[in-house]
Amino acid sequence: MSAPLLKVSDLHVSFATEEGTVKAVDGVSFELRQGEILSVVGESGCGKSVTALTVMGLSRGPNATIEGEVNLDGKDLVTLPEDELRKVRAERIAMIFQDPMTALNPVYKVGDQIVEQILAHEDVSKQEARARAVEALRAVGIPNPDRRYDHYPHEFSGGMRQRAMIALALVLEPEVLIADEPTTALDVTIQAQILRLLEQLNRERGLAVILITHDLGVVAEVADRTLVMYAGRVVEEGSLDDIFYDPQHPYTWGLLGSLTRIDQPRPRRLPSIPGAPPSLISPPRGCHFRPRCPHEFAKCSDTPRLEARLPQSPEHLDRCWLDPDEKRARRVVEGGIGLVAGAE
Amino acid sequence: MPDPSTEYSFDPAAEVAEREVGEPPGLGPWRLAARRLRRNRVALGFLALFFLIVALCLAAPLYADHVAGIGPSDNNLTGKVERGGEQRDVVTPDGTPIGPGFGKEYLLGADANGRDVAVRLLYGGRNSLFVGFMSALITTLIATALGLIAGYFRGKTDLATRTLFDILWSFPVLLFAIALGTALAVGGLDLGPIHIAGNSIWIPTLVIGFVLIPYLGRPIRGQVLSLREKEFVQAAEASGMGPWRIIFGELLPNLSSTIIVFTTLIVANNIILEAGLSFLGAGIQPPAPSWGNLIANGVDRLVTAPHLAIVPGLAIVLTVLSLNVFGDGLRDALDPRAKLRLRA
Amino acid sequence: MARFAVRRLANMIFVLFAISVITFLIFNVIPSGDPALRIAGRQSNEVTRAQVREDFGFNDPVYVQYLRMMEQTISGDLISYSNRVNVREELVRGIPATASLVIGAAMIWLFFGVLFGVLSALYAGRAPDRLLTVLAMVGISLPVFWVGALLLYYLTFKVTLFPAGGYVPLTEDPASWFSHLILPWFALSLVFIGFYSRLLRSNMLDVMNEDYVRTARAKGLSERRVLVRHVMRNALIPIATLFGLDFALAFGSGAILTESVFGLQGVGQYVADSVGNLDLPPIMGTTLYAAFFVVFFSAIVDIVYARLDPRVRLNP
Repeated sequence: MSAPLLKVSDLHVSFATEEGTVKAVDGVSFELRQGEILSVVGESGCGKSVTALTVMGLSRGPNATIEGEVNLDGKDLVTLPEDELRKVRAERIAMIFQDPMTALNPVYKVGDQIVEQILAHEDVSKQEARARAVEALRAVGIPNPDRRYDHYPHEFSGGMRQRAMIALALVLEPEVLIADEPTTALDVTIQAQILRLLEQLNRERGLAVILITHDLGVVAEVADRTLVMYAGRVVEEGSLDDIFYDPQHPYTWGLLGSLTRIDQPRPRRLPSIPGAPPSLISPPRGCHFRPRCPHEFAKCSDTPRLEARLPQSPEHLDRCWLDPDEKRARRVVEGGIGLVAGAE
Repeated sequence: MPDPSTEYSFDPAAEVAEREVGEPPGLGPWRLAARRLRRNRVALGFLALFFLIVALCLAAPLYADHVAGIGPSDNNLTGKVERGGEQRDVVTPDGTPIGPGFGKEYLLGADANGRDVAVRLLYGGRNSLFVGFMSALITTLIATALGLIAGYFRGKTDLATRTLFDILWSFPVLLFAIALGTALAVGGLDLGPIHIAGNSIWIPTLVIGFVLIPYLGRPIRGQVLSLREKEFVQAAEASGMGPWRIIFGELLPNLSSTIIVFTTLIVANNIILEAGLSFLGAGIQPPAPSWGNLIANGVDRLVTAPHLAIVPGLAIVLTVLSLNVFGDGLRDALDPRAKLRLRA
Repeated sequence: MARFAVRRLANMIFVLFAISVITFLIFNVIPSGDPALRIAGRQSNEVTRAQVREDFGFNDPVYVQYLRMMEQTISGDLISYSNRVNVREELVRGIPATASLVIGAAMIWLFFGVLFGVLSALYAGRAPDRLLTVLAMVGISLPVFWVGALLLYYLTFKVTLFPAGGYVPLTEDPASWFSHLILPWFALSLVFIGFYSRLLRSNMLDVMNEDYVRTARAKGLSERRVLVRHVMRNALIPIATLFGLDFALAFGSGAILTESVFGLQGVGQYVADSVGNLDLPPIMGTTLYAAFFVVFFSAIVDIVYARLDPRVRLNP
């Protein structure tokens, strides 16, 4: 197996705030391999965005404490000085964000913003930069890219704006694209288009993608491997089949259980995971999911390590002390996989 | 004029932390604001200073009777006062009044007519503060009413109100106040059965209150227009609530933090405006003292008796500064956006 | 764009008309006492008042009076009753001083307001910001005429660093013109510097937290470029529009107090002196002139704003 493209090791990120120290990322490790689409799933506040921003070095600040390593091709991005980090951004790793409405500067033309990025990294003439920008817009499926170059962000529709963001991100041909909830703010039909586009770019250019989302439907569409995060930690990691057909962590069961299913009779109420995510200022001792988990027992007050507990699946990792047999039994609820039964 | 400002520090991680962590649980927005305000000791300190000033001014008669022994309009051209063991002229034969000195009488010196500056300062403060407050109150009531009605009913009502605001707003404030102030100072004002004398303190009060209406009215109207589109208003309308209940029950509470902050700052602004008007002679008419006309008298004798101009000005600065600092802290505490602040 | 300009123009004319009506109402129609007394001034005698009554024709229908007043104003015949001086001439005579004061102060306050605002935002929460905030807060709490008085006392009397007021035309003696204006410029700009620096600081902090700034960083742009081309470009828009209006207001009325204290013989001082005599025609004339400035600059500001913010262009 080839060396991973990006390797995050034991990343810890905390912020000093008025109310206390917020531990947003608590020991996250994972690898991103060449040409793969890795999805990161979890609810708001689980640390998925902070992790992504930290990879890009965008969470640095006087109130942030960042420990751990983010290794890109031998270089540690956590300790990399700012001016070198700037070269990594957009040239090797690019990022697109959730809300295309606000992600582009409203007072500049879209094309100019792409050119700005090109000129900041490469020493080319403005005409050449412009030509490349137009090409980039064309490559993401924007019709009339020549004219569209001169338009302002508010003249684009939501879906097109996101495409323009993708064009911007990929114009310098980075190896990795981090997409932070790229479809959340879009209509369902547009969502599908954007996902198609990402898949296409992955196939044609070998672009590795870290796709952050809270929507398991999106994961099922495009991901090769998935990380499930909860309260600052990765609680499960595996391939699509692993996660959807053999999930090992109760939180994952909860996520799956709350999906509506066409092939089952409708429960009177959709089951949701009871309780609320913990405070990241004073998280629970041991397993972070413990307070909400109906299957918790004494051992859970020791933090479970993220490791492979199924001998036949060395790449399927999870953080739950339960026996694999126990897990297989307990995760069946109302005929499918879930955490709790739907309320009456 | 009211100026916007928030306290959070520039930090790329700030927004991230905010999104990830959210609000401390269980506190409504008012309690949260109160808590934040309590922590802001500077703002509270200045609020205390402001109350002190108000209290002192209200106690003017007590001061005049028991401490200085002289009223605000009592001339004393030939009297003497004891200073440092010797008797000195209150006003020298060539017209120079005595300056500030330690003692119950003429603590802050005398003016050209032998009047006690400290006494006049306190009495003047009563007048200036009265105008400042009452005019702000008038502005708030009228501007809020107009803004609510215009913003909610829209259509012709809005057109009329907006035009009114535009027109009033085109008059430079000071000039408008001068014009109205001088016009009314001569003959007074007849409002139906009520006749207000030209030198009544209500003239500058009404004038300033009136002139400032568009400065509060426009922002309120703007806010009402945008609030109106929010779902809770549509829900209220759908449930059959009448327009007045919606205005008072739904819209007004959401405006209250804007109103509170603006009003505080308008009071500060009006105190300075009244001072300027009175300085020019278009505000509080002599012989009634006001901080503004005290300074006017002082400027005439700037070279021989600088304390006459300096002292009332200091009073204005302290009062207005305390209101501004407190208003700022108030705005900060009520700011719904900054949910979690980073330790600066 | 053209339609936008035409609408603005129509709006402008309407507002000016409304302003003239209101000014007229203030001076002629407000229910209180004898209008002749008001217009002739407090010091007037019966003869003058009779003259006023004749000139203004208070028995005529209101609109006739209005037309007469407008005619007088536009043709430049407005006369002050206290000193029999033509209002328009006085106004025109005062303009150079006022212009020198306001334009100079405006440049100063814009420069320092922006400078301090940017510094405050960059060092937000730390010592330089705290200091600048204190200065700004004090700045916006200062009455300009009091500051003027203090400056006069300490810097022209106690220590004769500067001339004690008065105006010297630029054409006569540039150096003297300058030295006479330094203190007034300083006094007038203090409040604005305080206000603008706080406003810019606040805008910049807001913009810095916007998504597109994060995108700009993610693009690998240098910090300086992000700051200037993304943060400041957006944060300065409200400042630019506000500046246009404040400038107009200063021309129209903000300078009144400063000119009065420093004896600059400009339009503002003319107004200030007239107030003392409760002399209405000059105040009336100046009000119209000032309001015109504001309306005119409002229109300009709107047009400039549309140029600065493309989102506005499509929705006039």
